[in-house]
Amino acid sequence: MEKVKKIREGDVRTATRVIRNLEDNIPEAKTTIKHIFPYTGKAHVIGVTGSPGAGKSTLIDSIIASYREKGKTVGVLLVDPTSPFTGGAILGDRIRLQRHTEDPGVFVRSLATRGALGGLSKAVGDAIHVLDVMGKDVVIVETVGTGQQEVEIINHAHTVIVVLIPGMGDEIQAIKAGIMEIADIFIINKADREGTGKLYRDIMMMLDMAGFSKNDWRPPILRVESIFVPETFKEKVKEVSETIQRHYDYLLERGLLGNRVRRKTLHELNEALRACILEPILNRLVADGELERMADRCLKKETDPYSCAEEVAARCLKDPAA
Amino acid sequence: MVDRKLRVMVAKPGLDGHDRGARVLSRCFRDAGFEVIYTGCHQTPEQIATSAIQEDVDLVGLSCLSGAHRYLFPRVVEILKEQGADDITVICGGIIPDQDFKGLYDAGLKAIFTPGTTLDSILDWIRNNVKPR
Repeated sequence: MEKVKKIREGDVRTATRVIRNLEDNIPEAKTTIKHIFPYTGKAHVIGVTGSPGAGKSTLIDSIIASYREKGKTVGVLLVDPTSPFTGGAILGDRIRLQRHTEDPGVFVRSLATRGALGGLSKAVGDAIHVLDVMGKDVVIVETVGTGQQEVEIINHAHTVIVVLIPGMGDEIQAIKAGIMEIADIFIINKADREGTGKLYRDIMMMLDMAGFSKNDWRPPILRVESIFVPETFKEKVKEVSETIQRHYDYLLERGLLGNRVRRKTLHELNEALRACILEPILNRLVADGELERMADRCLKKETDPYSCAEEVAARCLKDPAA
Repeated sequence: MVDRKLRVMVAKPGLDGHDRGARVLSRCFRDAGFEVIYTGCHQTPEQIATSAIQEDVDLVGLSCLSGAHRYLFPRVVEILKEQGADDITVICGGIIPDQDFKGLYDAGLKAIFTPGTTLDSILDWIRNNVKPR
């Protein structure tokens, strides 16, 4: 297939078009993914998540620079939210990465969430495959500005960085479930601000309670500050990149990378099954008005949602237990 | 279900930091249901063209209020053409004297919007002239 060849050669126009077709649900894009799938699995996938304005894009800009110094090629996917009202989106993360625009070793693509929850867009998983097959050594994924619950990035990244800033809440926030559990690396950004020490202690305490044993990877907490003092900032970013590499080496040495890849594969299987089995049925129920009629019957208490679903399953699936 | 969205880039080439208009327009495009990539101020034509290609946009809207449009705007069109990406429509706006219109149209700019243009008239032009590719 011509497209596969072009993607493997790193052709930007082909790659970005395939990503767009994935976003827009053009069936042909799936065929392309089927063909590139055997070539996936080479890039180190890094996820960066954290609240809006925490400094994710700016950090990514510097992380890209440090990889480029080492001669590694980088692919970046930046996700920003879609309006629930108009379907439009402003994708503005690219502003922070402008100095890499003309570097052919860096490919940056912005995606809108298109209603997906979880902090990413549905197309991100396959878009990572595309960048991977283009030959990028590193793929960095920036989630939307996240709250507590958007943890989808763990299904895709080998290394998850959670970027925090001081002053966002008390110690209870640090022991809540969700985003605080998914970090491989914590970054306290804007650490020259008040409250950094306290945030550091809160995360430390949370990690102490997690019961890591001696050989486990205990997420390090890095403080990044002095963005206006280039030499100091560069040192801090160097520490971040070294820590990312250390985590990747840990995954490789301990044979744990396979677990992460498996998690992604299981997630993709889940999505594909849903798209292949559930969506066609749902689309038809919507198209011929049956969904609305079922809702009417439920509202009149003639039936209930579970019975409706079982009726549809009995009719549309030969043998769900097969 | 297939859902082809219009992707639009709003960009400011050259040494001009007046981006209120570009931001208002970005917001207007967002509200019209487009996906808008906003790349900020002080871009070179090379950066704008490269970003437009990487982002697979259908339309680039250039804004410049500094008077350097006669060089900057045509250069973006030229680079897109060199890269084989002349299927991307380029339009522009800003403080552009009437006598410059012909030169810009000849260079491949598809529309020019000057001060006083309503947001609706820009949207109408886009809806009539640009289809998601």
